[in-house]
Amino acid sequence: MNDGAWNTPVSPGDDSRRAAAPNGSGARPHDGTALVAEALRSRREQLAQRWADATPFRAVYVAGRDAAVGAAHRLVDALAEVAGSGHCADPSAPGFERVRPQLAEMLAERGAAGATAAQLGAEVAELRHALLALVRDHASHEGGDAGDAVVAAMELVGTLRLVAMETVLDRDAGIIARQRQEILDTATPVLRLWDGVLAVPLIGTLDSARSQVMTEALLEGIVEQRAEVAILDITGVPMVDTVVAQHLMRTATAVRLMGATCVLSGIRPQIAQTIAALGIDLGGIRTRSTLADALAWALRHIGAPAGG
Amino acid sequence: MLELDGVLLASVQTELTDATVVALQEDLLDRAAATGADGVVIDVSAVEIIDSYLARVLTEITLAVRMLAARTVVAGMRPAVAVTLVEMGLDLPEVETARSSAHALEMLARR
Repeated sequence: MNDGAWNTPVSPGDDSRRAAAPNGSGARPHDGTALVAEALRSRREQLAQRWADATPFRAVYVAGRDAAVGAAHRLVDALAEVAGSGHCADPSAPGFERVRPQLAEMLAERGAAGATAAQLGAEVAELRHALLALVRDHASHEGGDAGDAVVAAMELVGTLRLVAMETVLDRDAGIIARQRQEILDTATPVLRLWDGVLAVPLIGTLDSARSQVMTEALLEGIVEQRAEVAILDITGVPMVDTVVAQHLMRTATAVRLMGATCVLSGIRPQIAQTIAALGIDLGGIRTRSTLADALAWALRHIGAPAGG
Repeated sequence: MLELDGVLLASVQTELTDATVVALQEDLLDRAAATGADGVVIDVSAVEIIDSYLARVLTEITLAVRMLAARTVVAGMRPAVAVTLVEMGLDLPEVETARSSAHALEMLARR
């Protein structure tokens, strides 16, 4: 109705006037992005109501539909801002920053409920149905190019999906980093087996980071306990390759430089075979097959009372 | 530098520059030759930095002292210094080590 009144007198001027109004971008009027932004603004309520029923919102905001609608509102507003600024394909657009925490929270909740990353991506992508229907509808009413608008809307949803995946990855990376640190801190205890005898039971794969933490802890322990013998027990190390052997050699050398003696124990037959087959020279290290043998040697070495 | 029971005990109290390292080396060898000591202990527990030059000089002292029919023990190396030396590939294969000067004297007395 309104459109008709505008269109009849000055058909070509109509577009330019419209374009200046909502975002002042000066771009081609009614291009897809501007139309999507307009649709998101004018039909905010309608879209939010429909999104509130979609899985990512419905499954997370179980307390009540109002909360889901509120969350959907915030997402619609953020997308409107992104589309309004014309950066539909840019995941770092300012609009997305506002909903990142909310997205992270929603996806974390879904993740805790057992949804895989692929499922989360699909759930976010599902939001496009409501948006596309709405954009198409809006375009047909306002007389814009529905094709351009749909392409822009698809682009926007694609970027939203990317942003959602980024938040999932960020969270996972955080968890992995924290757990790695915890493993580093807890997995290399330095035990005092006897007066002057320390042992480090190594469990799991020995990489450079762990080997460094282990060496430091062991050397500090040698200073504190005035230890003469340090036993490295590798019973729990699944495999010894050249890299691991090199780490062990380095630790043993550092122990020697401190004036203590290093004994390597817990070498299983397979590992002994591997070490021999690889041609690794552990010549500088005293070795014993079990921790008990190593302790027995250590006690003799420090001259502890026999039978202890 | 002290002399105890035929053992020369040199305790390094300051960070070593190249010049003081050379002075230490000459001094130690002169004293070892003059006193006919059977052991030399170099206490490095106050040293926070051992570079490749100092590491080489420690090895040279050991080899030279050996020619004088005596043993050299480097005592009290700090953990950080030990780790750094190993990282640099300087594992001082010729040098005997001890946890402290007392430990070093014990080692020299034992054999």
